[in-house]
Parts: sequence; C-alpha cells; structure tokens
Amino acid sequence: MLRRDFLKALGCIPLMTGIPGLAIAGTADYRYQNLLILIEFKGGNDGLNTVIPYADDHYYRLRPRIAIARGQVLQLDEHTGLHPALQAILPVWQAGELAIVQGVGYPEPNLSHFRSIEIWDTASDSNEYLDKGWLSQTFAQFPPPARFAAEGVSLGSEDLGPLAGGARAIVLNNADQFTRIAKLADDPSIHTGNTSLDRILDIENDIRHAASRIDGRYDFRTDFPATPFGNTLHTAAEVIASRSGVAVVRISLNGFDTHANQPATQAHLLKQFADGMIALKSALAELNRWNSSLIMTYSEFGRRPQDNDGNGTDHGTAAAHFVMGGRVRGGLYGKAPDLDQLENGNLVHAVDYRSLYITAAEKWWRLPAKKLMGGRFDSLNIIRT
Amino acid sequence: MRNWGLSLILLLSAGLAQATAMGDADAWHLLTRTGFAPNPQELANYAGLSRTEAVDRLLTNPSQQAVTPVPADLEAYMPRPEHFKDLSPDEKKQFRRQQARRNLELEAWWMQEMMVTPAPLTEHMTMFWHNHFVSSSQKVKSAQLMLRQNELLRRYALGNFGDMLHAMAKDPAMILYLDTQQNRKGQPNENFAREVMELFTLGIGHYSEQDVKEAARAYTGWSVDRTTGAFINRPGQHDNGIKTVLGQSGDFNGDDVLNILLEQPATAEWITRKLWRELISTDPDPLTIKRDAAIFRRHYEIRPLLRALLLSDAFWSDKNRGNLVKSPVELIVGSVRQLQIHPDPRALAIASRQLGQNVLAPPNVKGWPGGDAWINSTTLLLRKQFLDRITRGQEMPIPQKLLPDGAPEDATSFACDPEAWLSRLTPGSPQQRRAVQTGLLAVAPVDAISDNLPAAEYLHALLLDPAYQLK
Repeated sequence: MLRRDFLKALGCIPLMTGIPGLAIAGTADYRYQNLLILIEFKGGNDGLNTVIPYADDHYYRLRPRIAIARGQVLQLDEHTGLHPALQAILPVWQAGELAIVQGVGYPEPNLSHFRSIEIWDTASDSNEYLDKGWLSQTFAQFPPPARFAAEGVSLGSEDLGPLAGGARAIVLNNADQFTRIAKLADDPSIHTGNTSLDRILDIENDIRHAASRIDGRYDFRTDFPATPFGNTLHTAAEVIASRSGVAVVRISLNGFDTHANQPATQAHLLKQFADGMIALKSALAELNRWNSSLIMTYSEFGRRPQDNDGNGTDHGTAAAHFVMGGRVRGGLYGKAPDLDQLENGNLVHAVDYRSLYITAAEKWWRLPAKKLMGGRFDSLNIIRT
Repeated sequence: MRNWGLSLILLLSAGLAQATAMGDADAWHLLTRTGFAPNPQELANYAGLSRTEAVDRLLTNPSQQAVTPVPADLEAYMPRPEHFKDLSPDEKKQFRRQQARRNLELEAWWMQEMMVTPAPLTEHMTMFWHNHFVSSSQKVKSAQLMLRQNELLRRYALGNFGDMLHAMAKDPAMILYLDTQQNRKGQPNENFAREVMELFTLGIGHYSEQDVKEAARAYTGWSVDRTTGAFINRPGQHDNGIKTVLGQSGDFNGDDVLNILLEQPATAEWITRKLWRELISTDPDPLTIKRDAAIFRRHYEIRPLLRALLLSDAFWSDKNRGNLVKSPVELIVGSVRQLQIHPDPRALAIASRQLGQNVLAPPNVKGWPGGDAWINSTTLLLRKQFLDRITRGQEMPIPQKLLPDGAPEDATSFACDPEAWLSRLTPGSPQQRRAVQTGLLAVAPVDAISDNLPAAEYLHALLLDPAYQLK
C-alpha cells in the first residue's frame, strides 16, 4: 500500500518529477523496455511427454500406456524430442530462438496444486509462506514507470498469480470491451480503512489508469487461432501494441491436470500452445517487438513418470520449460530426466525454478540479482546481449 | 405477592425483548451473511426480533428440498454414448450442444430456486458445501449427476457433516470428478485420496504423502454404474491388504478411512475456520475456533456450530460489518431479491458465469477462492455493467446456441422500476432515503450521494457505489 500511495502522491504533484532526486524514473524506463511474457500451464503439465527422453528405455518401461512412440517424437537430438503436437514451434527451435530448460523444480517438492503454484507464484521455499507474488516483490523494489498502462496484465485466469499482492495489475478478457465499459469505474481518491473496500477502490483507480492508456483494437495481419487461447493471445497482443507500455503479460492455459485419458487432452493443449506461440511471435514481429520480448512457460509441477491405469498421470515434480524470443540463445539447458534415479517415484529437479525468474530479472531487465529472492539464485546464460 | 412478582418478571422480560429488538442494520447483516440481501418485507420480519430470536428462527426446521420443480429432462440419467470416440463429428457436436443446454437449464433452475426460496439459509449453505465438496460439470459432463449431487448437498446442508462426507465420497458426480472409478487394486489413482484430506477434511500439513498413497488403496472398488449413473461397489477391484493411515493400521475400506479423518481435531477445526471465513471475517480467532471445533467434533452437527458462530460477539462486531465481498451469486440474487424483479433465470446464470461464478463449474477442486479474489479489473466492471442494466432497464440477450433447437433468439429484461420501488418505501424525505441506504448498503457509500437526486438516479448511484460490492 505504501508504494501505491507514493505513486498516487507523485500523480497529484506532477511538478515533483522535475526534481533531480527523482531522476530514478528515467532508469526505470530503460529497464522495462524489455517485455516479459509468462505462459502458465495450469494444472501441472506432464513434462516427460512434452520434452521426451525418447532414447531412454526407462521412459517406455514407466509409461506402457501413454508413451509417445519413438517414430512420432519430433527429434531434437539423439536423446531428446518434442511431443508431435508441438510441430508448429519447430521453426523457432531451428532458428535458435527456443531454449528448453529441463528438470525445473525445487527441493522438497509439494504435490498439492494449490500449495505448489503458491510456491511458484511467490518464489518461496517449499516450507516458506510468502504473500506477495514474485513480480510484485520485484516491482516493489524496482518499479516500472508510472506512465505504463499497468505493470502487469493477466489474461485467461481470474487470479493475478505472480502479480498478486501489490503490483499495479489488471485482469483482462477483451481490451476493446474493457476500454468501453471502464467509464463505469469510480474515480475515488480516498481510503476508508476497510481493507476490502480499499482494495476495490485501488482496482477502480487501476482501471481508470489503464483504460486511459490501452488503445483497444489494433489491426494485426497475423491470423490468431480460432480457439479461446488464440483469442486470449490476440487480446494480449493488442495490449502490447498500446503505446503506453506494460512490463509483464501473463497468460494462463488451463486443463493440464490429466489424471485420466491424458494423451488426447494433452495433445490438444500442446497444439493450442504451439499454434498460439507462432501467432504471438508473428504479432510481436509486426510490432517490431520479437527482439524485446521474452516468453517463458511455467506450471505448478510436472507429472509422475509412472503412468496410471486410467491412461493418465498423477501429480509429480520437476518438468521441462520453454524460453523463447528473438534474443534467446536456443538449445537444451538443465539436465535430462534421470528416470532410474527417482525419489518416491518422482523426478529430482536439476534447475531451481527461481533461476528462471532471476534470468528474467537480471539478464532481461538488468536488475541486480543479489537484491532479489535473497540473492541465492544464479541466472542461466540463455539470453544474447 | 407471588403473582405480582411473576407478572413483574414477565413485564420485565417483555420489556427486555423489546429493548433488544435488533433493528434494520442488524437484520440486514444477519440475513445477508446467511442468505441473500433481503427485500424490505424480509427485513421488517426480522428487525423486531432480538439477535438470539432471529438466529433461532433461521435455524428452526430448515428446508431440505428446493421448491422449484426440476425440469423434466434433467430427471433421467443420460449417459455419454459408450463409443463416444467413434461418433461422427456432427454427432459429437450435437451431443455437446445438448449437454451445454442441459447445464444452463440446471444452472437456471438453481438460480430460480435462490431467487424465490423461502429458505435463503438453505441455499446459501448448499452453495457453501458445493464450494467445499467441489465437483464441476466441466469434468462430470452430466447435468443429471450434478443435479443429484446438488440435491444431496441441500439435504445435508444443515444436517450432519460426517454423514455428508460419507455420502459425498460415494456421490457419482464426485467419483467422476476426482477419478475414484479409476482407482483400482494395484492401480491406484490418488486424486480423491489426496483432495479429501487436503481440502475436505484435514487441511494441508496434517497428513503425509505416505498417508495419501495408503488411503488411496482403501477407496479402491468405489465406482459408478455406467448405465444407471448410480454408485456401485466393485469388491473385485478392492485392495484388501493392510493400510496404515495417520498411524492406524487395518484392512480399511473407504468408510473406515473417512472415519479416521473425522476423528482428527484438524478436521473439525478446518470446517469451523472455513465457516468463520464465510460468515464473519477473513481472520478467524484461533481460540474461538479451537473451542467451537472441539464441540463440533463430538457429533459433527452443523446447526449448533452455526448457532455458536452467529451468536458470537465477533459476528456482530462493528469491524466485521461490510468487510466481505459479495460473491457473483450473492450480488446477482441479492439484487433481484432486494429490488423484487424477476428476470429469466437463464440470464442470471449467464451473468453469474461472466462475473466468474458458473454455479456448476468451480475453477478447480479447491473451489472459488472467494473474498477479495472475486474482484479484479474485469469482474468489477462487469458487476457494474450488470447493476447498470438493472437500473436502466436494458435487456440481456440469451445466446441462441444455448436454447432448444428452433427456438427464436430470446432476451430478458432486468428492468426494475426505481420510481415504483422507491415510492413504496419513501415519499422522498431524507430520513426515508437514509433507510433505503441501510436496506441496500452494508457500509456508508464512498461517493457523496445527494438526497435530492431523482429516484432512478439515486438508486443507480447506490448500486454503482463501491460499497454495494460488500456484505
């Protein structure tokens, strides 16, 4: 609340921006020229059937019902390949703009959806309870410029995930509709002491602020897939096209909790993801933003290496994730899954998920890594400077 | 002398009852928290009672059944075709459309029930338990099974929690939702075993991963009969081995494990805390929770627990007025009940979906997070748009794809007549307008609203004020 009040105070006294002591606003501008796009696989995506260790016999031994046949795997090298539904993103791989980080997870993994996504969202340890999302923590220390429409925009999910707990963030379904009905929002400038009411008042302010800066429609030449996810990406692209800027766009794709009948469901979802990413890349290229965008996937956990009797998989631990963009150094990172070294039937992680966050903060936004997440995590060398 | 003394006592107690008549603000608080925002008549019925009398009246002879007749085509179980995969794309599409219509029909049925019920507490608690023992039509894919589950929740809503837990574990929609039918001897599926401990009984931190694995074995054999949609126990698929759950070992079946879960103090505390969050505030008092939960655990009767919570000082405390956000259903149903309008319930169901609460499809097994999470920039604007429609009398279209084949495009009016509504209450004096405010808002409006506004604008200003989002 303190920082918001500070920003509000700034807004009320525009003359203050001319005071030399506040020159920090200039550097904030510079940092957040680069856009971070987070794609959440909600429900726990099965990493092993996404990035497939197709040369490992253990893989076929553990998954008699749902393994992807070797002949169908999109082979990236002699050991590792992609699910065939990801066909559409192969050109990004071939262009050297797709990094695949294997074995992403954390120590003492929690197998509850809710607790584990809370851990990912807040960048906490397994037994540590934090109430602010990792982006809210980051922005509290290093705020994006106040002229941005919002610090973060969340699409495809009702919650704010990593943007919860303080970031100036909005949830959006349809940019055009948003700007049209935003006039119904109040323009209050008071706080009442009733925390629920004050939160509503903050949101009314955020709406007013964003609506005056999001331009709504933008005519893309790109064809977005005719799926709900495609529409969501279209809206995301419209927000990115707005002149006033945003630091983070977070987009959720739902339905990965495949306890039963996984093959058809996951193939459908991965295809939506891959087709969507190609459309998004094309739209970003139209806006001349492919080189200043970093796309990163995440999910609360991977799934159990051993498949179950219902052609599905139960909750698991580590999984592979994708990082894409015009300045990404493509290739395989992390460590291929050790399927004969399982712990309680689950994979042992090789890369802490917070290394991905720190990579975004340090290599992408040029923030001091030492001052974030206790300074305990190192960046991956996956971004070209 | 003796008689005189008795008359004096009677006289005094009558005076006392009068002195403790709770008034409009208290009645609004009680009725809104336990049901839906009341209309002027409901408010008047309770305002003259003392708090204790009012709570006891609410809890006496609770209704266990809906008054709205169930649409005929929701009665019969219509299983998904056995070889669904082999159907032609057209047949699949046809089946899915029919399913979508039935879902909307069921949602509308529940909306209608909430709109007209003489027992708002029962509907409120049915929704509470639906959001506790979560199932979603998105996965269950059968409006009939969702209806049966809804009826079951209503039957137990103010009954016994232990009985409800056992019944829900064998409820076909729940079995399909949490994959219990996939959980077989030697081929465990842990979905139900985990969620029943994490969300329905103990809460996270009160069991181990090993407990989940062992408990899953106990539930093996519970399934759904494909042709009737009824619960069926398949002994051949049950794992008869010894299981160890929370330190107890034996050849447990599912019911045995549920009883072990009910014995744990953590279960009673989890439920008590959740009810506190629903009824009072987001920060339950640990001492009161411990005390009330200990009593609850003896028999798991829900009504005495509700009575204790509703008669607690915390419930009536000033700081716990208007400190919770209305759910979409509470906002929608409360508004139409308060303003006494009767739009097509299908339109209400669609509005509720848009505000983030498809009543048959909570987002995941944890249910709607509720509270402040209901409101974000999108849902807040849509809430205001809905309220704007009510006061401006705009129509809301019902998409043709959700109507039966051949039916023409339909629309319903949300219009209330503010002049008429207000005139019944007020000829317009400032005091009477203040009374209208008390009947519509939990706390004072944020914006300064002039008493001199015309009725329609006055009502519009109250409904669009940020304070209207609170209960």
